[in-house]
Amino acid sequence: MKKPLLEFTDKGIYCNAAKVYLDPWKPVDKAIISHGHADHSRWGHKQYITHHRNVPIISHRLGEINVSGKEWGETFSINNVKFSLHPAGHIIGSSQIRVEHKGEVWVFTGDYKTENDGISTPYEPIKCNTFITECTFGLPAFKWTPQQEVFENINQWWAENKSEGKTSILFGYSLGKAQRLLKYLDTNIGKIYTHGAIENMTQVLRPLVDFPETTLITKEIKKEELLGNIVLAPPSAHGSTWIRKMVPYVTASASGWMTFRGARRRRAIDKGFVLSDHCDWQGLLSSIEATGAEKIICTHGYTEIFSRYLREQGYDARTEETQYGDEEDNATTDEIATLEKQAS
Amino acid sequence: MKQSQYTSEIDSPATTASNELGMRGFASLIKTLDSTNKTNVKVQALTDYFLVASDKDKVWTIAILSHRRPPRPVNTTLLREWASELANIPLWLFEESYHIVGDLAETIALIVPSSKTSTEKTLTQFLEEMIALKKKSEIDKKTYLFENWKVLDYYERFVFTKLITGGFRIGVSQKLMTRALAKATEIDEDILAYKLMGNWDPNKITFQELILEENESDYLSKPYPFYLAYAIENEPQDLGDVSHWSAEHKWDGIRSQVILRNDELFVWSRGEELVTDKYPEFNLFIQKIPNGTVIDGEILPYIDRQIGTFNDLQTRIGRKTVSKALLKKVPVILKAYDILEWEGKDIRNKPFTERRAVLEKLFKEINHTDLPFHLSETIHFNSWEEAAKERERSREMFSEGLMLKHKDSPYLVGRKKGDWWKWKVDPLTIDAVLTYAMRGHGRRSNLFTDYTFALWNENDEGEKELVTFAKAYSGLTDAEFRKVDAWIKKNTLERFGPVRSVTPHHVFEIAFEGIALSKRHKSGVATRFPRILRWRKDKSIHEANSLEDLKLMIP
Repeated sequence: MKKPLLEFTDKGIYCNAAKVYLDPWKPVDKAIISHGHADHSRWGHKQYITHHRNVPIISHRLGEINVSGKEWGETFSINNVKFSLHPAGHIIGSSQIRVEHKGEVWVFTGDYKTENDGISTPYEPIKCNTFITECTFGLPAFKWTPQQEVFENINQWWAENKSEGKTSILFGYSLGKAQRLLKYLDTNIGKIYTHGAIENMTQVLRPLVDFPETTLITKEIKKEELLGNIVLAPPSAHGSTWIRKMVPYVTASASGWMTFRGARRRRAIDKGFVLSDHCDWQGLLSSIEATGAEKIICTHGYTEIFSRYLREQGYDARTEETQYGDEEDNATTDEIATLEKQAS
Repeated sequence: MKQSQYTSEIDSPATTASNELGMRGFASLIKTLDSTNKTNVKVQALTDYFLVASDKDKVWTIAILSHRRPPRPVNTTLLREWASELANIPLWLFEESYHIVGDLAETIALIVPSSKTSTEKTLTQFLEEMIALKKKSEIDKKTYLFENWKVLDYYERFVFTKLITGGFRIGVSQKLMTRALAKATEIDEDILAYKLMGNWDPNKITFQELILEENESDYLSKPYPFYLAYAIENEPQDLGDVSHWSAEHKWDGIRSQVILRNDELFVWSRGEELVTDKYPEFNLFIQKIPNGTVIDGEILPYIDRQIGTFNDLQTRIGRKTVSKALLKKVPVILKAYDILEWEGKDIRNKPFTERRAVLEKLFKEINHTDLPFHLSETIHFNSWEEAAKERERSREMFSEGLMLKHKDSPYLVGRKKGDWWKWKVDPLTIDAVLTYAMRGHGRRSNLFTDYTFALWNENDEGEKELVTFAKAYSGLTDAEFRKVDAWIKKNTLERFGPVRSVTPHHVFEIAFEGIALSKRHKSGVATRFPRILRWRKDKSIHEANSLEDLKLMIP
């Protein structure tokens, strides 16, 4: 039997014809990388191929690596297999990976969202035969509000906290969400302070996107200086001594998980904003339809439920186990611990 | 003013209740209560609401927050079917979503199409409609639900559906609500608690009758604030000379105050909730215990002349009315610790030993085998070693450990250090095997964090098998949960809806407070407060404990 164009192996998604892996989770010779989050771009591959906007990100995260950057839509062949990268709209430099061989086209989404966030190149649906999709939020309970309105609410929340003389602490992943929040914070309200993990990543991305000014929180900065201003921090900093020193403060989290009332309460966060860098239910369904694909493979998220629904809708849909889905990995947590030690 | 282009759904800012009246104001109140973990913020939001809401809506709000909602007008099966119909999704997908969201009203509110409108109706109107709805035909019910789901905004939709499905679990106790009502009305909190007890119908009573009208008898029920002890910090030796201390067993029931005034009985629980109706056996105290007496004690189950477990008592808690059968099955007694009022006088400032002398004299005088009144015996030790030995007996005594009270101590207010200490026994622990896992809720809803644990047992054929004994979902760090989750996803044997069975491989040390035989549990044993103490990576599943080992722990 003919091997499928892309297979799911214990090292990652593998193209046998080209001898190349897509977002592998174990060290390999040649890896095409969809985006810079830790679960998709791991350490230890001999060669990395990715979009050029992702090059500074993974170079910052992984250090000295052998990496080459590609343009959107630029076709490159490996053993007669044609590859190209297309915007996924998830974070800056995030791509879908298109693979074509002998007239057959597969697309691997990595992570993606359909809404244009204004900093990531907007998602484009790509025609294909087989579509490998994430479904992090593949439940009909997830419906995103347009970001313009979410940001109005976030800025209003900040202004209210300021009027009460409190520091606003807003949690978001250090790569992606933090910059998306930063981009739309209203600097007429106050100053934006950052946790080291976010500051470092933002510095890496400043050449690519115009962001408001940020101030890194160092031990020299007195908590009184923060009052009325906003602090951007990674979720893992919640509950740390670093945060506790900032009293009086109010916390909020911006994430798709904030859809659930329980999510915010369990984390003991004061306020939740529903803001995601993934597709909501309708976003997933409309993207799939737009690809024209007949075969759908669901990689991470509510895969079982989502693929069952797709099968009922007439798609040939199945799930594959991968190791994606944990954007804020232990490396970041370690980095945060180190930064906290330095700051205290 | 330019209208915002989009309707705000889930994360729109909570407007303060004071701006809005009616259902919108109530939904906004619930949202604020639900959006904070801070008691002060909750009390303030409720107070603000009580200051502006209409009297009728206030009565309904009090009723809802004290679990007096009208009977459910539509059963949940129909609600599920209709919500998935309106959302245009298959029923199984609705059910799966419900498993993950964990709350029916929330699932419905999230799944049905969002609306750009809000309601002008009052809370009272909605409740009156729901009362009327109960008697209507199925088609009328469906029409009513669709009409409302389509026009209410996200939070109103959630609150509306919640009113139909059941109580609000938003961390607002009756006590907290009463405190806010006291702030808003400037009526004493304990008096309000008394006014709110018993059976009253929110559909018939007015705010004036329920809350505002003064009644002399209101003051009769007033309890004293409870004195609460801290856990002992170091060794009891640090408390000094053992002869200055009186010890008692720390009984595991419901700490209560029993008040007798003017031939009336009032029973308050430690949550300062009036629970007189739940324990009718104490009516026997009237006429036996003189008026002007307040006793501090513990309500305990007392079955076949033996103290029962908290598990037994559980069947009595939470019941508003107690059936005769249950009264017979799980009778209760009051185990008396202390006396706070005697002959109508507050004697809390007298030394502990003097108060105890009064209590013991009273006990002797009224001593009657049929009276559900027992004395919590005080014990005097010659050495701390002797005390430690008594503490070791706690489990067989059905107690949680010892209470140490300074003999000269007055009865203080609230949790105070110094004069009273609790000296609990260490938790019991057992090594068990992880066998099933379920997704958590909320942030944990993509992680398997709710675990079922099993112990070894020999079946009828003499083969060793794993038998489920407890569920636990706390005690691991986030990083550990992530690791276990990743392992579960790779080692799933079978899926049953949200539950997965996994290859028996990992051993965890489970801690629990109490243990009792139980018919409701497959293992035949019920444990109290099971939680994960640590991940025993050093142990193989064959080194896990057996059900026999667990049963040996039953006192």
